[in-house]
Amino acid sequence: MGIVEAILLSVITAATPLVIAALGELVTERSGVLNLGVEGMMVMGAVCAFVATQITGSPYLGILAGIVCGAVFSQLFAFLTLTLVANQVATGLALTLLGLGVSGMLGESFLGMQGIKLQPIVIPVLADIPFIGPLLFRQDIIFYLSIALVAGVHWFLFRSRVGLKLRAVGDSHASAHALGVNVIRTRYLAVMFGGACAGLAGAQLSLVYTPQWVENMSAGRGWIALALVVFSSWRPWRLIAGGYLFGAVSISQLHAQAFGIGIPSQFLSSLPYLATIVVLILISHNRRTTLINTPASLGKPFVPDR
Amino acid sequence: MPVEGATANGPLLAVSNLTKLFGSFAACNEINLQIDQGEIHALLGENGAGKSTLVKMLFGVLAPTGGEIVWQGRSVRIASPAAARKLGIGMVFQHFSLFEALTVAENIALSMDGNISLAKVAEEASRLSHAYGLPLDPKAHVADLSVGERQRIEIVRALLQNPRLIILDEPTSVLTPQEADRLFETLNKLKAEGRSVLYISHRLEEVQRICDRATVLRHGKVTGACDPKVETPASLARMMVGSDVAAVTAEGTSTKGDVQLEARHLSVSARTPFAVSLKNICLKVRAGEVLAIAGVAGNGQGELFDALSGEYPVADDAAVQIRQKPVGNRNINARRLMGAGFVPEERHGHAAVSAMPLSDNLVLARSRSDAKAFLGGCFLNIIRRDAVTTATKRISEAMDVRKSGEDPPAGSLSGGNLQKFIVGRELDRQPAVLIVNQPTWGVDAGAASRIRQALVDLAKAGSAVLVISQDLDEIFEVATEIAVISEGRLSDPYPARELSREKIGLLMGGMYGKTEGTGAVHAH
Repeated sequence: MGIVEAILLSVITAATPLVIAALGELVTERSGVLNLGVEGMMVMGAVCAFVATQITGSPYLGILAGIVCGAVFSQLFAFLTLTLVANQVATGLALTLLGLGVSGMLGESFLGMQGIKLQPIVIPVLADIPFIGPLLFRQDIIFYLSIALVAGVHWFLFRSRVGLKLRAVGDSHASAHALGVNVIRTRYLAVMFGGACAGLAGAQLSLVYTPQWVENMSAGRGWIALALVVFSSWRPWRLIAGGYLFGAVSISQLHAQAFGIGIPSQFLSSLPYLATIVVLILISHNRRTTLINTPASLGKPFVPDR
Repeated sequence: MPVEGATANGPLLAVSNLTKLFGSFAACNEINLQIDQGEIHALLGENGAGKSTLVKMLFGVLAPTGGEIVWQGRSVRIASPAAARKLGIGMVFQHFSLFEALTVAENIALSMDGNISLAKVAEEASRLSHAYGLPLDPKAHVADLSVGERQRIEIVRALLQNPRLIILDEPTSVLTPQEADRLFETLNKLKAEGRSVLYISHRLEEVQRICDRATVLRHGKVTGACDPKVETPASLARMMVGSDVAAVTAEGTSTKGDVQLEARHLSVSARTPFAVSLKNICLKVRAGEVLAIAGVAGNGQGELFDALSGEYPVADDAAVQIRQKPVGNRNINARRLMGAGFVPEERHGHAAVSAMPLSDNLVLARSRSDAKAFLGGCFLNIIRRDAVTTATKRISEAMDVRKSGEDPPAGSLSGGNLQKFIVGRELDRQPAVLIVNQPTWGVDAGAASRIRQALVDLAKAGSAVLVISQDLDEIFEVATEIAVISEGRLSDPYPARELSREKIGLLMGGMYGKTEGTGAVHAH
């Protein structure tokens, strides 16, 4: 395997959790809910996936545990913000802090254990294509899922009727309510999907990226995923481009060190966040596309008058 | 396309003793109403009379506290809009329940049953809209459509359900006179098919023109049921308001003085995708003059107000002139210091902070322009409470502001009383230039006539007044000159006496913009 392939492979591994977590948040935000707890849900998914894998010996059950854990954890946010109408920003931040704390507690006895790495699934014939084969068709199931999910969410949002209703709820919840759409239920489900995706992204971290449990192992990726949603202006396919760009930036520090390039590692590890800021500035210049795509009732609480 | 199953002889809808309580406040108090097959029934009343609450209960948006709804002889409980639609009740809301980011077809599909494809919805909507003379392009994004076109979507959406009763909430408040005429044709078509229409309005001439019967509400109670064609506008107004409304007199407006407010080739690009850009606007208002700018909502009125008031200063300093000095780059306080006063459109959150008492709202608006009167303590700028309290009292008395207590929060006043206070807050300074956007929107008739009289009196006293309004009755009451804004362009001003409603309507329809007629002219 050549050096270029190795670098690209590491970019894919770094980008996959960003794409998945951002995709879940994209659906949540399309329904009008701003969940800043991605980081917390992600780290909860990571610890649950690792623990379940250690206990059962099956990384696939681990993945399932990560998804379920993220989904369940997100419902705490949903209950607080949708039923009790708590402030979404404050609740989301609290969810992140809670997730980081609880995951540390749950994973304490699993610290430093050798994990079980999720094995790649080799797709016959395609995997033998030179260069592309090993990169795209000798991957683990989570990578394949990430691509399938992006396609599926695109179809769901823009082709299906339920997706249309979800976009309507995010655009104007009062109008959607007047048409008889169940706003609160739609949002509960959208938040749950966001949580499940964040959990799956977390599972990728502790089963594929670095198959072990380390405290705070999400390491800010949840925040990058949030920025990625804005970067893609709430369009699923653009998430892949953005996710791989951010993945490449975050991985560049490792390769720079390996090649002995004399840039301080602190600077390189801050690059993803600088890139996020640059992207946010660039995006705020093009107000038209952002405003037309931005869910108009994002972050606004809905209380039916009755 | 006559309606099926129109057999029952009794009334289509009968409402008895319907009541809705919000806390201890009765928004609707034992309402009785009866709508027959194939009639256009008017529901008349002032803002806050309970019209909207009543129809929300009929459409299942609100649950009644008491009373009974009988639909085609059967007592029903309407739990949701979906249930209302199933019964055969369609509704066109006053504030459109449309989704701006979605297309016309997507908007319509949202209100239909789950298993029809989007392509089929688009086809059916297109067919129906042409059949009823309401042409629509199903693929257009709602954000790009005019208000009139948006209303068509709502109507087509309601018609797709094949309803027996269609409820229209103040449908003409956003339409040009010509668009309104088209709507009336559609309504008569519906009536001829045996459908019934519940038509909510406070415009008496319209009601007299198209409605068969009328029910009048005041303070949540029915105050009259009549045939509007045999009543006079005055007798209908009495039922609505409960007393005779003072007429505004614009007589004796003084001779014109110098130009006090001027816009010279004012152009502003749109700040957001949903905003309107202003194109080469020229206007002059002289002392003693009331220039009224008519136009349908969303044609650049808000943007023009922002540019003239300095809420968003413009690049070209000379484009806006107050008392013959360029102020385009200056902010709102600098313009106030030069003797101008401003009343924006939204009362809550723009002209006033709802949670703060009236006196604080007074200080917020005038602490810079009247620093000498309201602030003391040298550079410390301490608020002089006694002076503020006196001024609040003076304004309230001058404008007859009815409030609970000495200095209540702005949000606790009714719309009319708060608006009187906000206008009074500016008038109290005797500004040389006053710019008002929608001075009496959503205000009851009594307060509206008080505010209009105050504007006329200010001009008589030698100030220049600019009124932006969508209400033609208001414009004809107060204006000495009238101009029309359409798609961000302003027409030439015309003396109010020489302008007919029809002419204004044509200007509103966009003499400068794309009308359906222009394409045909160039076609051959």
